[in-house]
Amino acid sequence: MYDPTVARLTYRALLGRRRALILGALPLLLIVISLAVRALAGADDQTASDVLGGFALATMVPIIGVIAGTGAIGPEIDDGSVVYLLSKPLKRPTIIFTKLIVAIAVTMVFSAVPTLIAGLILNGNGQQIAVAYTVAALVASIAYAALFLLLGTVSRHAVVFGLVYALVWEALFGSLVPGARTLSVQQWALAVAHKVAGGDLVTSDVGLTTATILLVAVTVLATWYAGQKLRSLTLAGEE
Amino acid sequence: MAVEHPVATPAGDQTRIHNIGYRTYDGPRLGRAYARRSLYSQSLRGAYGLGRSVKSKVLPMLLFVVMCVPAAIMVAVAVATKAKDLPLDYTRYAIVMQAVISLYIASQAPQSVSRDLRFKTVPLYFSRPIETADYVRAKYAALASALFILTAAPLLVLYVGALLAKLDFADQTKGFAQGLVSVALLSLLFAGIGLVIASVTPRRGFGIAAVIAVLTISYGAVSVLQGIAETQGSSEVIPWIGLFSPVTLIDGLQSAFLGATSAFPGAIGPTKGEGVVYVLCVLGLIAASYGLLMRRYRKVGL
Repeated sequence: MYDPTVARLTYRALLGRRRALILGALPLLLIVISLAVRALAGADDQTASDVLGGFALATMVPIIGVIAGTGAIGPEIDDGSVVYLLSKPLKRPTIIFTKLIVAIAVTMVFSAVPTLIAGLILNGNGQQIAVAYTVAALVASIAYAALFLLLGTVSRHAVVFGLVYALVWEALFGSLVPGARTLSVQQWALAVAHKVAGGDLVTSDVGLTTATILLVAVTVLATWYAGQKLRSLTLAGEE
Repeated sequence: MAVEHPVATPAGDQTRIHNIGYRTYDGPRLGRAYARRSLYSQSLRGAYGLGRSVKSKVLPMLLFVVMCVPAAIMVAVAVATKAKDLPLDYTRYAIVMQAVISLYIASQAPQSVSRDLRFKTVPLYFSRPIETADYVRAKYAALASALFILTAAPLLVLYVGALLAKLDFADQTKGFAQGLVSVALLSLLFAGIGLVIASVTPRRGFGIAAVIAVLTISYGAVSVLQGIAETQGSSEVIPWIGLFSPVTLIDGLQSAFLGATSAFPGAIGPTKGEGVVYVLCVLGLIAASYGLLMRRYRKVGL
């Protein structure tokens, strides 16, 4: 199910010059912000939770997920070079699975690791906040990567739709319509974080059981459907 | 295979060029200004998907509708409840709808310039009688106009609705004018930032992600820092933090000079003195993005 060559090529495409720059800039910004906040406000659990929840999990993880998830397959379909990959004697679900693993790994490295560092800077893992948000970022990475990889195979405008989901649905509708929060990767991840932290600093609108089922279901379904889409992929010309 | 024969030129060479009747073009030449205008109007139409495939019309049109619908709802509410004032200020509207504006600029800025880079059509433009400055100005003006249409249309809906609801004419006109100035500055600023980022990459998807990342991440970072400064009671630094993201720049500028209430935490807008810094920053950024675009295209054209 896992092909090292496809993985190596995907890593190269994802961590190419400029993409790596933007992927690296976001975590760096998070760490700079946490340093500034620590200097400005001192160690405070509520502040740490605000920064990690409001900036790291709500903004940074989805954007890195979009870049890594759609970037793993989108550009290849876009410029047509995916035919060379598809013409190799590899099962299409294998290709998708390998790309998914790579996308998850990249998202995790660039979102969960800086979240942990930022958490340690902010309050030295007081009340398990740093660990809780790191777990949330890890869980969210898997779901986001699967979801946006699927978008990459479905649409040529995958980046836009991914961002619409991440920014408009999760941030805007999520804050206005309570029902929208049930269908949000961010809240599912927060449910897991809530379990880890135990306190009431990290809260979620979704129960842990529901969240876990939905997370697994979304990841599996998205991966399966992406494999199906790739099996019947037709290469369209430039619009 | 062409074998080279030594060309023995006989005495009394018979080679000559025949005149086979090609005629030179002696019609009117439309010139540089015409080419620039065409590029402008094509780019502006392209920013709303006009003259392009149905698929590429969907997103800009959808965002345009999403921009205008809340304004229409507000007008309906104001008329139905016979309110004395609109539920939202003209200047505040663009700040509230910033996610939509960011998405629009992120999707259309790469559309406007990235494809020219990717298919290497930029040198073809420069084989016409336009120059680097014309290309940059036309693209910049087109995207800024498209953004202005996007942001000013809902204000127009609000204004017309307010007049129909017989709200105070002088008051509404003043608010509308202030709103227009603010969205004009916002359009110029966002179009500049979007184009500079998009012109660096020939990949459309990557351009979209980069533009949105710059706009939303900077806003997210700034508002988190402002919120913390507010809770820590050091509210005098809030306006200075606001200088670091495009949305808060516009917000601060309009609350200093255009009578808007600030969306900053605690509604602490910059004072007039700090407002001057905001204006300088906005104008500086607009000029800088124009300069960067010129620099970028001086190289690309060759």
